[in-house]
Amino acid sequence: MQSPGIIAPPRAFPSWRNSDARPLLRLEQVSKHFAGTAVVESVSLDVFEGEFFALLGPSGCGKTTLLRMLAGLDSPDSGRILLDGKDLAPVPPYRRPLNMMFQSYALFPHLNVESNIAFGLKQDRLARSEIAARVADMLRLVRLEGYGKRKPHQLSGGERQRVALARSLAKRPRVLLLDEPLAALDKKLRGETQFELMQLQAELGLTFIIVTHDQQEAMTVASRIAVMNRGRLAQIATPPEIYEQPNSRWVADFIGEVNLIEARVLAAGEGQREEQGIVLASASAGRLRAAQDGGSAAGDTVWIALRPEKVRISRERPAAAADNCVAGQVCSIGYLGDISAYKVRLESGWIMKAALANMTRLLERPIGLDDHVWLSWPADAAVVLTR
Amino acid sequence: MKVPWRARPVVLVPYLWLAIFFLAPFLIVLKISLSRTAIAQPPYTPVLDVAAGWQGLQAFLAALTVDNYAFIASDWLYLASYLRSLELAAISTLLLLLIGFPLAYGMARAPRRWQPALFMLVMLPFWTSFLIRIYAWINILQHDGLLNRVLLALRLVDTPPAWLASDTAVYIGMVYSYLPFMVLPLYATLERLDTSLIEAAADLGCTRWKAFWLVTLPLSLPGLLAGVLLCFIPIVGEFVIPDLLGGSQSMMIGQTLWSEFFLNKDWPVASAVAVVLLCVLLPPILVYQRMQARDLAG
Repeated sequence: MQSPGIIAPPRAFPSWRNSDARPLLRLEQVSKHFAGTAVVESVSLDVFEGEFFALLGPSGCGKTTLLRMLAGLDSPDSGRILLDGKDLAPVPPYRRPLNMMFQSYALFPHLNVESNIAFGLKQDRLARSEIAARVADMLRLVRLEGYGKRKPHQLSGGERQRVALARSLAKRPRVLLLDEPLAALDKKLRGETQFELMQLQAELGLTFIIVTHDQQEAMTVASRIAVMNRGRLAQIATPPEIYEQPNSRWVADFIGEVNLIEARVLAAGEGQREEQGIVLASASAGRLRAAQDGGSAAGDTVWIALRPEKVRISRERPAAAADNCVAGQVCSIGYLGDISAYKVRLESGWIMKAALANMTRLLERPIGLDDHVWLSWPADAAVVLTR
Repeated sequence: MKVPWRARPVVLVPYLWLAIFFLAPFLIVLKISLSRTAIAQPPYTPVLDVAAGWQGLQAFLAALTVDNYAFIASDWLYLASYLRSLELAAISTLLLLLIGFPLAYGMARAPRRWQPALFMLVMLPFWTSFLIRIYAWINILQHDGLLNRVLLALRLVDTPPAWLASDTAVYIGMVYSYLPFMVLPLYATLERLDTSLIEAAADLGCTRWKAFWLVTLPLSLPGLLAGVLLCFIPIVGEFVIPDLLGGSQSMMIGQTLWSEFFLNKDWPVASAVAVVLLCVLLPPILVYQRMQARDLAG
């Protein structure tokens, strides 16, 4: 592995767009109940060879249970899990060609690093020389040469994480399952390790499924994300699609910051130009215009999802704007270094978020607290959501 | 670690305790073991005459002898008694391990809310006097006792077997009495065992049995060793159980010691038997001590 964080690996071929492609792993209506409550509810999804697939959701949404069902540590109450088209149900965990990296790492405390990595290989009854060669390979891969004789308690958190990764990769699984693999690392190390994971995945050409509650992590590493909420799939899409084209208020709100404006559709498809989509009336921000209609018709109640960084904030009223332009007063400023996050109270009393990249090194911000400002955005910046 | 001088008296308390209640009695026993029997009060000689001063001490030291140890070594009865005690203790400990491990494992894997109740059940016999419980076993094991009546009722036997005064009865008594000492340390280690380690072993290709062999067992070794030593050491010196439940054909070392003291009134030989027993048990005791120290350190 090269030095981390510099070269982004080439993204996998988007096989999910190819209707002929056979999925490596297919989940059909998988459900799981614990003590009468549904933890996973009729989840269906496909994962393709070479994908870096993320299961993202708040804690308790069922993502870890889903992963454990793939590993065979839990079994679904109903539904099927297919690997290469074959049902995995009768295959016990110790015969599945999938390996899991546990959130707690689950390193064997009585074995040294080498023996931990060799553990799975020994179960396969590989030749001694073969095991030694693979262990050495794995140690090189995770940059832990010379650590082979140490016990887990003699390692730092980051080193333990890499041993766990090496151990789960040593058997060359068809699919590597990662359960919150970076949750125990500090922020800086987490960022570096994310890039390392991506490089590793591209280098080995393996299929990775990662479970995480950290949306930034999912956005960074994954080729596709399945967003889960209360045991159900909310949306499956690529990171840009999830962010720019969420399919519901819940997804829009869960991923990043968003302004959700409730509005009534006045007229659909009646704009002067075709891309001008629909006209809406909202109690909070007045008359609005959106480029797309999101499948709504006149009279429907919809929600406009607008990312703060797409909102322009200015002292003067922007010239050409008639719709999508509202006046307000700055009620809070959060300086985050790279961006400044503004909260602006509109005349209706509704608070709208706007973010401004701090592109110049301004120590005195041009817009201060209590200033009267104008917020505006192009019609194609907003997404219309019907649910 | 340096102890501030004002705190030193506090540190001395446990040492003082050990000196008064362990070291001093031991030295007295050691001294008696080096004496000769005498028809007197106390029933041995020499006795240190403090009034005689320096010469009295010299005479006292000159009169000490190792004859009792030579006597123990020369009579096969004592050797046989030691060996029988070690054999009985080893077999009892093995039985305890075979019964205690599954029990402790089951307790540790039981639902959380049941565990206090299960723990209580293991501890419950301690609420009754040890002696009464052994007498209860005599009742159960006697000719027309509970066990034989059940066996007859179930038609498992035609003629009631004699349980009492046999090794079987001794083993039953030992296993029954020492089970908590085996189960509790095992339960403590097994309960701490991270279940995700077993899952990781399964994930990496281990069947349940192999995961137990490669992960659970090695990780429960500290508790296992503690349980084994906690049972083995006292069982070697056990007196009440073999005396009440066992036969008279062969004696454990505790019984030999008792008869030397109370039947033969030979305090010096009895003391020598006790000192040798302590020396026999010293290695396992040291192992146990070292383990405890390591547990505290790590």
